[in-house]
Amino acid sequence: MTHLSLPTWLLLGVALLLALLPLGATTFYLQLGAKIMIMAIFALSLDLLIGHSGLVSFGHAAYFGVAAYALALITPKYEAANFWLTLPAAVAAAALAALVIGFLVVRTAGIYFIMVTLAFAQMLYAIFHDTKLGGGSDGIYINVRPELTVAGFKVLNLESPAQFFYLALIALITVYWILNRLLHAPFGRALAGIRVNEQRMRSMGFPVFSYKLGAFTLAGGLAGLAGYLAACQFGFVNPEILAWHQSGTVLMMVILGGMGRLHGAVIGAAAYVLLQELFSSSALFGGYSKHWQLSMGTLIVIIVLAFPHGIGGLIDVAWRRRGYHGGEEDSPQSAQRSQRSDAEDSESDDLTAKDAKNPK
Amino acid sequence: MTDPILQVSELSKHFGGLAAVDRVSLEVRTGALHAVIGPNGAGKSTLINLLSGELSASAGHIIFHGRDIGALAPERRSLLGISRSFQKTNIFPSFTALENCRLAAQSREPRPWHWLRGALSYQSITSKAHQALEAVDLSDRANDLALTLSHGEQRQLEIAMCLATEPQLLLLDEPLAGMGTEESQRMIQLIAKLSDNHAILLVEHDMDAVFQLAQTLTVMVDGRLLASGTPEQIRANRQVQVAYLGEAEQPT
Ligand SMILES: Nc1ncnc2c1ncn2[C@@H]1O[C@H](COP(=O)(O)OP(=O)(O)OP(=O)(O)O)[C@@H](O)[C@H]1O
Ligand SMILES: [Mg+2]
Repeated sequence: MTHLSLPTWLLLGVALLLALLPLGATTFYLQLGAKIMIMAIFALSLDLLIGHSGLVSFGHAAYFGVAAYALALITPKYEAANFWLTLPAAVAAAALAALVIGFLVVRTAGIYFIMVTLAFAQMLYAIFHDTKLGGGSDGIYINVRPELTVAGFKVLNLESPAQFFYLALIALITVYWILNRLLHAPFGRALAGIRVNEQRMRSMGFPVFSYKLGAFTLAGGLAGLAGYLAACQFGFVNPEILAWHQSGTVLMMVILGGMGRLHGAVIGAAAYVLLQELFSSSALFGGYSKHWQLSMGTLIVIIVLAFPHGIGGLIDVAWRRRGYHGGEEDSPQSAQRSQRSDAEDSESDDLTAKDAKNPK
Repeated sequence: MTDPILQVSELSKHFGGLAAVDRVSLEVRTGALHAVIGPNGAGKSTLINLLSGELSASAGHIIFHGRDIGALAPERRSLLGISRSFQKTNIFPSFTALENCRLAAQSREPRPWHWLRGALSYQSITSKAHQALEAVDLSDRANDLALTLSHGEQRQLEIAMCLATEPQLLLLDEPLAGMGTEESQRMIQLIAKLSDNHAILLVEHDMDAVFQLAQTLTVMVDGRLLASGTPEQIRANRQVQVAYLGEAEQPT
């Protein structure tokens, strides 16, 4: 467990609290909690691209949506689908879509990459919106949730809010763990290098295209996991889940939480969903709650302007004042700035700290 | 004399109407440093970019170890054993010096997809990175961010990154640019040492260094090869004196 940094321990503590939550919480809070965790998986998958690989995808909802539709299309009308078949199928469909689209888009960079990822996502949106394939603009209902059985024994009843909550929690912890390991492995170090200086990486022998495509495909698959769970939870898919609003929402979660730090993505997702609940609550804001997007937007702008490293960065500063993360910034000035702000993620802190102990 | 490790024949690069490199041929051997000199805009950096794969040639052949590598991408050429430095320092400023080298060494790792194993647990990567820093005398800065190194140290780091990939052929683009006298002297000694067991193509404006290090010299002017030969031959060459040496610093 030596790879786990302090914010990670913090998150594990939160996870433990969450694991106990179903014992006391109402259905509303269980569903809200599950929604947050699903969006956190989605945000984590996007942060792998934006924060860790320098690939600003503005069409990430496409993969979320493809998996959601995959579940909806596979599920029989009046019976439960098999969880162990539909989950891999949905994730594979999303990863495959990301592999194919990634093959075409990861060659582009900067604003072109943003535009092309968006364009492909909108194409998928159009396919589901304008054809009968996925029920057109009305979408499809998933009347019965998938059944999670092991050896004929029903392990989790996904119709139960508490048990679905646990499923989302397990998924989130698994994704977080996988990404945490991956980013510390040579693959993750290479992605960090690619984000900072792609040309130098190539001249040192890294097949940058393959690395980017690998990251894009993995991110697509993980977004697919989130999409699958979301479709399970809401029992309904429609084209809006792969529209650009959805891509924008997850992008805002990542920025809100602070790019390039895994805990930031989780925090950003939680903050976004909770703020949305808050501002759209008519009990609190009365008639103004209809305009929750306005209040949300204003608050997000303020947060991002005040804390360029997001809420996650803020927590990092509060948490500890040591070391420096290699690789978040690419220019000397900005790197110096973030060195002062000390708001860097922990991953490379660990690297640097261990280097000092490493004998030559 | 050993066989040439690199043979370049009739290599050309056109940018629109401009022939930045115009039918240049040369050879590089292990143990015999080959220097390319020429005035600004002569096409020296373009030549290195062609050899490293950053640019693709308009015409001509690049033979490395008997194989035409002209169509290979930069990363493929690097994996074959060609490493380059850049005229304008090109490193990872926000990484530590050690991390810069470790990344370079990691490029030789055969199973980069092994995601469960932390990068730090690869002893071979770490020790190669330390060796490379040791070779350029930067060990004491290993854990400092690259952006906090002095200009000269950053140039040294760039060489260390080249070495961490364990290359056979080094393409060095003005490694002495912007260095102080003392730093230059150290870098010259380092290159001399590396030259024993590496093939080196050195582009450099510092004539003292060039005549100190090179066994073979090629003079480029306006993309063309003006003259090629031993330092003595080049020094005695009238054309070279008129075109280049006469107007630049006099060689000692
Ligand atoms: N990418 C490019 N596009 C267009 N022209 C270029 C490009 N790169 C180089 N050139 C031109 O090619 C010529 C050779 O440039 P190059 O950089 O190779 O010269 P050099 O010998 O390295 O000069 P210096 O000593 O100043 O570094 C110059 O006229 C330059 O303007
Ligand atoms: Mg040059």
